Amino acid sequence: MIDFINLYLVPGLAIGSVYALGAVGISMIFGILRFAHFAHGDLMTIGGYGVLTAVWFIPAHPLLLLPFGIALAIVSALAVDRFFYKPLRQLPTIYTVIASFGVALIFRSLAQLFWSSGNQVFISGVRMPVVLFDTFRISELHMQVISLTVIIAVALHYFLTRSKLGRAMRAVSDEPDLAAVAGLDTERVVRWTWVIGASLAATAGVFAGMDTSMHPNLGWNLLLAMFAAAVLGGIGKPMGAIAGGFIIGIAEETVTYTWLSDEALISPSYKSAVAFFIMVALLLFRPQGLFKGRLL
Amino acid sequence: MEMTGLFFYLVSVLIAGGIYAVLCLALNVQWGMGGLFNAGIAGFFAVGAYASAIVTTAASDKHLGGFGLPIPLGLVAAMIVAGATGWIVAKICVRLKSDYLAMASVGIAEILRLVIVNESWLTNGSLGISGVPRPFGDLVQGRSADLVYLAVVWFCVLCVYILCQRLYVSPWGRTLRAIRDNEDSARAAGKDVDWFRVQTFVIGCAIMGLAGGLSAHYFKFLSPSATEPLLVTFLVWVMLMAGGSGNNRGAILGALAIWFIWSATEILTSRLPPEWITRSSYIRMLLVGLLLQFVLQKFRSGLMPEKSPKIRSD
Repeated sequence: MIDFINLYLVPGLAIGSVYALGAVGISMIFGILRFAHFAHGDLMTIGGYGVLTAVWFIPAHPLLLLPFGIALAIVSALAVDRFFYKPLRQLPTIYTVIASFGVALIFRSLAQLFWSSGNQVFISGVRMPVVLFDTFRISELHMQVISLTVIIAVALHYFLTRSKLGRAMRAVSDEPDLAAVAGLDTERVVRWTWVIGASLAATAGVFAGMDTSMHPNLGWNLLLAMFAAAVLGGIGKPMGAIAGGFIIGIAEETVTYTWLSDEALISPSYKSAVAFFIMVALLLFRPQGLFKGRLL
Repeated sequence: MEMTGLFFYLVSVLIAGGIYAVLCLALNVQWGMGGLFNAGIAGFFAVGAYASAIVTTAASDKHLGGFGLPIPLGLVAAMIVAGATGWIVAKICVRLKSDYLAMASVGIAEILRLVIVNESWLTNGSLGISGVPRPFGDLVQGRSADLVYLAVVWFCVLCVYILCQRLYVSPWGRTLRAIRDNEDSARAAGKDVDWFRVQTFVIGCAIMGLAGGLSAHYFKFLSPSATEPLLVTFLVWVMLMAGGSGNNRGAILGALAIWFIWSATEILTSRLPPEWITRSSYIRMLLVGLLLQFVLQKFRSGLMPEKSPKIRSD
């Protein structure tokens, strides 16, 4: 049981935090701009590399240098939206999906060009896990990641329900025509969607990069799970996406636990398929997600 | 010597270009005619490559079979296995709306990759399968074998083109375009939309499998890392968009044009200083990404836009 918590549940929560932060952006972009953003994973990669570069120049803890990665991700997202997505807004959204698929490759090749294609780490050396109550052995990073994600989730909830801008975003997501008629500045809402989505993506990218290492494929490899989390939470429901991210993360890690026999229930090499099956099952049987999201 | 070198370089470009043309025709069936977004092209390509390799190689204890059957049977097997994989996928996913199908197809490619890497009894895992035969490999050796293979590949392109063209002008193709352009009215006209989509997806996947088989017999060796899956998928999309989706001739033209640009930039970048050569492939990828954005914004109907066939009134 202790093994289950230490080796499966907590890592599941940690990777779930990464999915959650990424999925919020995907869910909001899906809700407001109405397309599946394929470059979101690579936006995380860009944010991660932004912090990595800052670490080279400033001797501080990577999490304190997060603003550099966030700034880089925001600038990239706004530029990409302005030049590549905005001209396609009036067309069927599938064209924007194709464009974002191309942007994913552009981001990735830029990462390979500027930061090399190898693995790079934020902090070298082995870090010992923190032992709590003599039984729980949890790495410091996982504790930071999970608690920061919870703080961000709470802040985001208050932003979306209490602030004027947050309410405008939910209005555009729920009823775009009514929101436009009511005089909401849709383009401003779109800009802020990118700012928030990119900030959370950069944060998630740094978390993921610190957990393993930075490499140009880092974000793309997480994309599928984040889509699944966004669908699970219900499209256009940021809080649902957070819950979805945690559920997918825990599901991926715990299916490799020895539930029925001494063998892992599902071989660890297939765990990234779990997200896919959850997503497809959901799309077929409950496409609105767990929290009544919007249907396409 | 320089000239013959250049000539055989051109031959190799044309072989790969032909394989891309087959892939592009396949995507044209799925996207151009059927409006089905598939971001998992490389997955079906790999399935076909492995199927053909397993059927045609000599018996081996490293992977399944080695059945030593003739190459045409290998290619048929590639189409059947890739088509069957596509059928399973289509049964599950084809009811999904466009963006969801796009997300699901990424997952399918990932799962197919996981199977190829992990099931070493089937595929010899990351070590790959070697000794895949070439057609007429006993008769011609050396460089002229490439010429023979060029003919084989382009014969396949021709066959697939004729097939796709027949599909396009047939009542079946007309129904498909009706579904693509207005699903509701096609449904109201009594067409079984889901069934048509399943058929489209399967036919496209089978042709992608054929392309995979052709590449396996060309390189004679395949492993999970032999191709960069995302790059293949992406290049095919750019090719179809640039060539003109919905137009079979456009698909072939787009495949050749983009592949020529891709190969020509390879020659150019090989003259760069050594520390830049490794980076040059990233620059090319970046440029192709930008090219796609340009095509999407300014040039959406492609080099050869789709022209609906005239309706005969006989």
